[in-house]
Amino acid sequence: MTAGRRWPFHVAASDPETSVLLAMTVRELELDLDAFEGPFDLLLTLVLREELPLVEVDVAGIVLAFVERLAEREELDLDACGEFLVLVAALLELKARGLLAGEADLEDLEPGEAAEELARRLEEYRRIKGAAEWLAERLASERDRFFRLGPAPLAPRGERRLAEQDPAALAALLQALVAEPPEVSLAHLELRFPPVSRFLEQFRAVLGRRARFDFDHEVGGLTRVEQAVAFLALLELRRAGEIRLEQAAPFAPIRVSREVVDEEVSWNARSA
Amino acid sequence: MERPLRLIQANPLDSLARTIEALLVVASQPLSVGALVEACGDEAERIETALGLLGERYREGRSGIVLEQVAGGWAFRASRDAAEACGRLFERPVERNLSQAALETLAVVAYLGPCSRPDIARWRGVAVDSVVAGLVERGLIAEAGRGDLGAVRYRVTPLFERVFGLESLAALPRLDDFGGDADELRGRLESLAERRPA
Repeated sequence: MTAGRRWPFHVAASDPETSVLLAMTVRELELDLDAFEGPFDLLLTLVLREELPLVEVDVAGIVLAFVERLAEREELDLDACGEFLVLVAALLELKARGLLAGEADLEDLEPGEAAEELARRLEEYRRIKGAAEWLAERLASERDRFFRLGPAPLAPRGERRLAEQDPAALAALLQALVAEPPEVSLAHLELRFPPVSRFLEQFRAVLGRRARFDFDHEVGGLTRVEQAVAFLALLELRRAGEIRLEQAAPFAPIRVSREVVDEEVSWNARSA
Repeated sequence: MERPLRLIQANPLDSLARTIEALLVVASQPLSVGALVEACGDEAERIETALGLLGERYREGRSGIVLEQVAGGWAFRASRDAAEACGRLFERPVERNLSQAALETLAVVAYLGPCSRPDIARWRGVAVDSVVAGLVERGLIAEAGRGDLGAVRYRVTPLFERVFGLESLAALPRLDDFGGDADELRGRLESLAERRPA
C-alpha cells in the first residue's frame, strides 16, 4: 500500500547507523488511537492520501505514544525529538486548517489573526470541556436518584369538533353522487360479421349464371363490414383456384371471372 | 410522629391533592402544571398550591417517595435513603458508562442546541458521528429538524434533564462561567517546561 512512497524527512545525524535507527524509531512508532491503529508512517501516508480524515486523529494521543517510547530509552534522543516535533507540528497545522475550513481560511489570515482565531477556538473548547466536567460531577451527585422510566402512557384522544354543516347541502351533494350516470353508447363498437360462406355461395351462384362480374357493383348496397367479409370470400375463392381477379389500376373496379380448368392445373404445377 | 395520611384530612385542597398524587403515580414521566390543569379540570393556582402540599408530604427524610420538580414538570422518585436498595434491584442504563466524548457532546447540544453533527464536530475538533448515535440510542438527545444546509439537528431530551436532575435547561450553569483563565493555562505550560530536564 505504501510501496514507493516514503515520508519525506531526513535525519541530519552524522552517524549513518544511528540515523537509520532514529528514523525507524519515529516512523515505526506504534500508535493505538480511536481512529487508527498501526505505525506512525502508515498514519501519515493515509492522511496525506486523504484516506483518513485528520479531524478524527487524536494528535495528543500520538504525542503521548512518542513520549512513552522516549521514556523507555535511557537517553534523550534529540534527533528523533526534533523530527517528531516537525511532523507533529505539520499535522497540527493541517488539522487546524481543516477545523477552520469553511469559516476562515488560515491562508487569508495574518499570522496574528490566525493565532487569535485558534486561541478563540481553544477557549470555546475549554468552556465545553468545563461544562462536560460539570455534567460528570452532576451525574455522580445524582447517582442515588432512582425514578421510574417508561414510555409515555397513551392519552385519550381529544374530541374532534367539526365545523357547522348544512344537512341540505350535504344531501344535495350526496344526491348528485347517487344519480345514475347516463348510459354510455357502444354503438360505434358494434360489429356484426355475416358468415363468409354466405358470400362464397352468392359469388358461386353469380358465376354460375355469367362468366364474370364486377365486385364493386355486386357489393355496392352492403355495409362496410359486409363488404369486408365479401372481400374475404373473394380471396378465399381465389385461394381455392375457383376465380380469377383483375384490377386495371389501384382503386379501379375489381373484375371477377371463372377460372379456366387447365389454367388452374398450370398454376398448381407452377406453385408446386 | 406524624400520621401518614394527615394531608388528606382538613385542607380544602385535599381532594385535588389526592387526584394529583394519583396522576403522578400513574405517570412515567414528569407532568407539567399545564397537563395537571387539563387532567384535573382545575385552576393552575390551586394545582400549584396542592403540589406544595404534596411536596411537603413527599420530601426527603419523611417518605420513601419524593416529589421533585424536574424536566419541566413534577414527578415522583425514590428517596436517596433507598438508593442502595434500588441499586441492587434496578439498572441505570441511560447514564451507565457515559464517556468523556459523550459528555462533551452532550454539553455542546445542551448549551448550543439544536445543532448538527458538523457543528458539534467543529466545537470538539473530532468526528462525532458514533457518539451522537450512541446518545440518540440512550434517549439523551433527539432529532430536532434540519438546518439550512439540510443537516439533521439535535437537542437534548426531557430525559436528559431528568437524568441530570435539572428543572429545565435554564438550571445549567452559564457557559461563560467555565471559561478558563488563559494566563493560568500559560503558567501551567511554563511550569511544565521548567520541570523538563535540560
